[in-house]
Amino acid sequence: MSDITKQSLSSLIKNIKEKKLSSVEITKAFIDRSEKSNELNAYITEDYSSALDKAKKFDQKPNLDLKLPGIPIAVKDLFCTKNIRTTAGSKILDNFIPTYESTITQNIWNEGAILLGKLNCDEFAMGSSNETSFYGNVQNPIDKNLVPGGSSGGSASALAGQLTPITIGTDTGGSIRQPASFTGTVGLKPTYGSCSRYGIVAFASSLDQAGPMAQNVKDCALLQEIISTYDPKDSTSINFKRNEYSKDLTNNIKGKRIGIPKEYRVEDMPKEIEELWQKGIQFVKDCGAEIVDISLPHTSYALPTYYIVAPAEASSNLARYDGVKYGFRAMGENLIDMYEKTRSEGFGAEVQRRIMIGTYVLSSGYYDAYYLKAQKVRKLIKNDFDEAYKKVDAILTPSTPSSAFKIGEKKDDPVSMYLNDIFTVPVNLAGLPGISIPAGHDDKGYPLGLQIIGKAFDEQNILNIAYAMEEKIDFKNKISDWWIK
Amino acid sequence: MSIDLKTIKHISKLSRISVDEQKAQKLVGDLNSIFKFIEKLNELKTDNIEPLTSIAETTLKLRSDEVKSKDIREQVIKNSPQDNEDYFVVPKVIE
Repeated sequence: MSDITKQSLSSLIKNIKEKKLSSVEITKAFIDRSEKSNELNAYITEDYSSALDKAKKFDQKPNLDLKLPGIPIAVKDLFCTKNIRTTAGSKILDNFIPTYESTITQNIWNEGAILLGKLNCDEFAMGSSNETSFYGNVQNPIDKNLVPGGSSGGSASALAGQLTPITIGTDTGGSIRQPASFTGTVGLKPTYGSCSRYGIVAFASSLDQAGPMAQNVKDCALLQEIISTYDPKDSTSINFKRNEYSKDLTNNIKGKRIGIPKEYRVEDMPKEIEELWQKGIQFVKDCGAEIVDISLPHTSYALPTYYIVAPAEASSNLARYDGVKYGFRAMGENLIDMYEKTRSEGFGAEVQRRIMIGTYVLSSGYYDAYYLKAQKVRKLIKNDFDEAYKKVDAILTPSTPSSAFKIGEKKDDPVSMYLNDIFTVPVNLAGLPGISIPAGHDDKGYPLGLQIIGKAFDEQNILNIAYAMEEKIDFKNKISDWWIK
Repeated sequence: MSIDLKTIKHISKLSRISVDEQKAQKLVGDLNSIFKFIEKLNELKTDNIEPLTSIAETTLKLRSDEVKSKDIREQVIKNSPQDNEDYFVVPKVIE
């Protein structure tokens, strides 16, 4: 079966359960394709031979009651995997072998999935194009020299390029939804507190949230169902009644009130994004939902707020990389010199920049003017959503202000790079769930995404809306396999 | 408000990241353009707004203090850049 890698997760599971395919056949197919896809640079660490061993073991005694029976999966290299190198895309963790497993990956293995390898990402998830990775740029399967987005760029590229049937990423300011949008895939950023952060390399702890990425909404719902569990090991994990998202999935969204925030109509937004948004509005109307105009007045303050809060938390989280207990060390004349050289040589430019911003906004004399101010504005942004949700059940916006851009195009201008996350960042600041679904193409044929934002813990509702819209949109990703010789 | 070379050197000290002259110059430009963008927040009056300090409305839970990971000393030490038996080794700190 040469088209194994083209199949959706649901169809692979069906084929395994009906014994039409074995785990070894599926695993081999994804390994073969991954081996032909080095040019995408989606992987940092491959684990093919033990993946095959695990697949053989699975086939000898298949447990078909599991939710991911014998399914091979590659994951973002921000999740700690026991005894398998975990780099976070950084030189400073180049040789780091975790002694423990992240809760989310453990959940996936518990359901029968098999690790294929660790996927490239922006260094410490700081970036929107995967260009800050120590392990190099990732190519977008959509076109040569196009960024896959970031920070979960390797995940998005591997998923769209059919090197893995599903994957997991993390999203601090848009790092799942933006790459999903750039590669024509589905990506969900869950409510803060719904997926455990235990064992995920920390970037900004009040914003970080892991989530599923998939070829379609149903697969995404299934993966969310598996990774979303209460975890005592994460002090911000929240114990609430979780749905069986894939079982409870319905395309009936009749009577749902969908908000359209006028502040997302930003200056210089390409015409095709506006058209896509209008098309999306028409689709939800066709599904029987009601459109409500709303206002989120502090939207334009979200990015400046984010670029105080996230670096502040990062500067504190990344203080642990000191060259003593693990990771890279540069030699120094004394202890302080060793710290300073280790961090200067071990971190890349963007990470250093953000640590310095964070250090500055937290430093004596500037804390109130910057950090405290940002926390207050964050409150205003959250209040905007609370107000809006008195009138609507969900909010529909574009996912990104443009389609994927060329590698190198925005690299030297940090602010223009940051503007990529203009529609996704408010969701993280307010701790809400948001999903990006592919909704069309621009005139270059590059995919464009729409985002549905939900109330806290209302993942089921946005998955349902996404599911209903997906049916209407009938999006087909254009993957030419240009990188396969 | 603008960030000068002296401030960059001060932040670099606080961050424990050494910067040479060239890198410091580049950071002056980068940080100034980022802070210019951040200054937008000053348009807002926030005197009576409560800062949002935690997005998850939970109280910290207590748990019993039990050792759960056993016999991982060797694995943990193995990740260190330099070790000596059961110890991490750092440059000499006492003269």
